[in-house]
Amino acid sequence: MAVSWDLLINAVLSGLLLGGFYAAVAVGVTIAFGMLDIVNIAHPAFIVLGAFIAYWLNSSYGIDPLLASLLAAPFAFLGGRALYRLYYYAFERRGEESLQGLAFFFGILFIVEVSLLLHFGVDYRTVEAAYIGPSVDLPFSLSVPLRLLTPLLVGLAMVLAIQIFLSRTFIGRAILAVSQDPGALRMVGGNPVKVKEIAFGIAIATAIIAGALLIIIQPVEPSVGREFIGRVFAICVLGGMTSLAGTVLAAMILGVAESITTTFWGPSWAPAVAFSILLITLAVRPSGILGR
Amino acid sequence: MSVVAKTAKDEVARSATRGGWLGPLLAASIGAALIAATFLVLDWLGTDYAYLAAYTVLQFVVLATAWNILGGYAGYVNFGSAGFFAIGVYTSVVVYQTIQLPILATIPLAAATAGLVGFATGYLTLRLRGVFFSIATLALAIVLQTLIVNWDWVGGARGVYVLRPQTVPVFGSYARYLFAVMLGLAILSVLIARLVENSWLGQGLAAIRDDEVAAECSGVPSLWLKLMATTLSGALMGAAGAPFPYFITYVDPNTAFSLSIAVNTIAMPLIGGTTTWAGPVIGALLIGSLQQYATVTISSAANLLIVGVLLVVFVIIAPNGIIGLITSIRERRQ
Repeated sequence: MAVSWDLLINAVLSGLLLGGFYAAVAVGVTIAFGMLDIVNIAHPAFIVLGAFIAYWLNSSYGIDPLLASLLAAPFAFLGGRALYRLYYYAFERRGEESLQGLAFFFGILFIVEVSLLLHFGVDYRTVEAAYIGPSVDLPFSLSVPLRLLTPLLVGLAMVLAIQIFLSRTFIGRAILAVSQDPGALRMVGGNPVKVKEIAFGIAIATAIIAGALLIIIQPVEPSVGREFIGRVFAICVLGGMTSLAGTVLAAMILGVAESITTTFWGPSWAPAVAFSILLITLAVRPSGILGR
Repeated sequence: MSVVAKTAKDEVARSATRGGWLGPLLAASIGAALIAATFLVLDWLGTDYAYLAAYTVLQFVVLATAWNILGGYAGYVNFGSAGFFAIGVYTSVVVYQTIQLPILATIPLAAATAGLVGFATGYLTLRLRGVFFSIATLALAIVLQTLIVNWDWVGGARGVYVLRPQTVPVFGSYARYLFAVMLGLAILSVLIARLVENSWLGQGLAAIRDDEVAAECSGVPSLWLKLMATTLSGALMGAAGAPFPYFITYVDPNTAFSLSIAVNTIAMPLIGGTTTWAGPVIGALLIGSLQQYATVTISSAANLLIVGVLLVVFVIIAPNGIIGLITSIRERRQ
C-alpha cells in the first residue's frame, strides 16, 4: 500500500490542532471526574450549551464567540457551584452517588439536550468571526486554517492557566489536596465540600468556553454532545485521571488517531476511535499513560 | 379484626413462598384472566393502533426489567441499553436478509448475540470501579451505531425496509400477533427477574450493591455474579429488540439507537423502584402509558423532556421510587 506522505503529514497536523481543542473539552472532566470523583456525564451537554450561548450572543448582538464565552463563564461558574450543592445534598452526603448520582447527571444531560432541541430546533448553527475562513501558510506547502488554530491556542492557554492556578494559588492547592485525600484536608481544617464546589464551578466554566471553541470549528446542533462522551472520558482515563499534562498528551493522541482514521478510512469511522482507545486503556493500563 | 386479616394474609404469603401449589396457581389464573381482559379491551378499541401502542409499553416493561437485573440488584449502571436493543434489532434484520426465520426463532438468536456483547464488555471493564463499566456502555452504544452506519448490507445510514406478512393464523392481524409475542417476552422477563431476585444470584448481587469489598471478603465471587447479571440483562434487551423491525417495518440507525430507549430504560426502574421486580414493571407501565398519551397529544421531544425531569426529581426526592414511597407511607400509618 502506497501511503501518501502528504496526506499523512496533513492528517497528523490537523490531528494535533484538533487535540488542542480536545484538551479544552476534556479538562473539565479531568477536574470533575479525575480530581473530585464526580462522574459528570452531562459535561458534553454543557459544552453544547456553551456553543449555543456563543451562537445566541453572536447572532443577536454580534459579539465575538470567544468574548461571548468569557462573558458567560462567570455565570457558568456560579451555575456549576449550585449544581454541585444540589448533588452534594441529594447524593454525596447520603453516600448514594454511584447509582442515583449517575442517573441524576444522565437526566441533566437529557434535560439540557432536549431543552436546546425544543428552543433552537434541529438545524446546524454557525457563528461569524474574523478568524473563521482565512488560513496561515506554513513552509512545505502546508496551510493551517485559523478556524482550527484559534481553538488550539485558546484551549492550551486555558489548560495552562488552570495548571498555574492549581499549583500556585491557595485554593488551587486545596483542590489538589481534596483530590488526594478529602479526609486529611478536613483534619487540617479545610472544608472539602466548599473546595469541591469551587472546583466543580471551574469545570463547568471550562465546558462553556470549550463550547465556543466547538462552534468555531464546526456547525453545531443540540445532539452533537453525544459524540463527545466517549472522547472526554477516553482522554481523561488515557491521561491518567488527575494529570493535566496527561490530559493534553492524551487529547493530542486522540486527535491524531481520529484525524488519521478520517483521512484514510472516512469520517464516519471517527467516533469508534475514542471508544477503542478507552476500552484498550481500561483493559491494558487503567492508570493511564501519566497515571501514578 | 386487623390481626385476623393479617394472619390470613400471612397464610397466603407463606403458602406462596413455601412452594405450595395454591399460590402459584392463584397467580397464574389471575395472570391469565388479566391477559384475556387485555385482549378483550384492545379488541373492543377496534384498531391495530391500540395493539401497537400496548406493544410499545410492554417493550419498555422488558427493557426496564432487564436493566434492573444489573442496575437495580447489583447497582451497576448500564447506559448502553439502546445499543443492546439495537443488537437485537439488527440481528433480526440480518436473519430477515438471509435465512428468514420466524420471529419466535429469531428472538433466541438476538438474545444470544446481545448477551455475548454484554459478556465481552463486562469482562473488559467490570474488574475496575463500577463507573468505568457505565462509561464503557455509554460509549459502546455510539460505537455500535458507527458500525451499523458503515455496514451497507443492513441498510447503513439509509435504513432498510422489512416486509411483514399480512395475516397470521390464530391471531388474525399482525399487530395482534406482535403484541402477543411482546406480552410473552414481558412475562418471561419478569419471571426471570423474580427468579434471580430470590435466588443465590440475587442475594450475591444485593451483597455487591451494599458493599462490594465486604462481599468479596465474605467469599462472594463478585466478578462472575456481575458477569452473569450483565449477560442476562443484555440478552433480555436484545430479545426485546428482535421483533422491532417487524413492528416499525423501516429500520434505520436513528430509530434503533433512539434516545427514547436510552433514557426510558433507566428512568422507568428508578421511578418505579429498583430493589424489587415490581418496581420496573410499575415504572414502565406508568411512564410508558403516559408517553403513549403524550406523544399523541404533545410532541415526542417534549415527552422526553418530561421523562428526564421526572428522573431527576425522583432520584433526588424519592431515591427508592414509587415502591419506596408506598412502603414509607404504609410504615408511617402503622
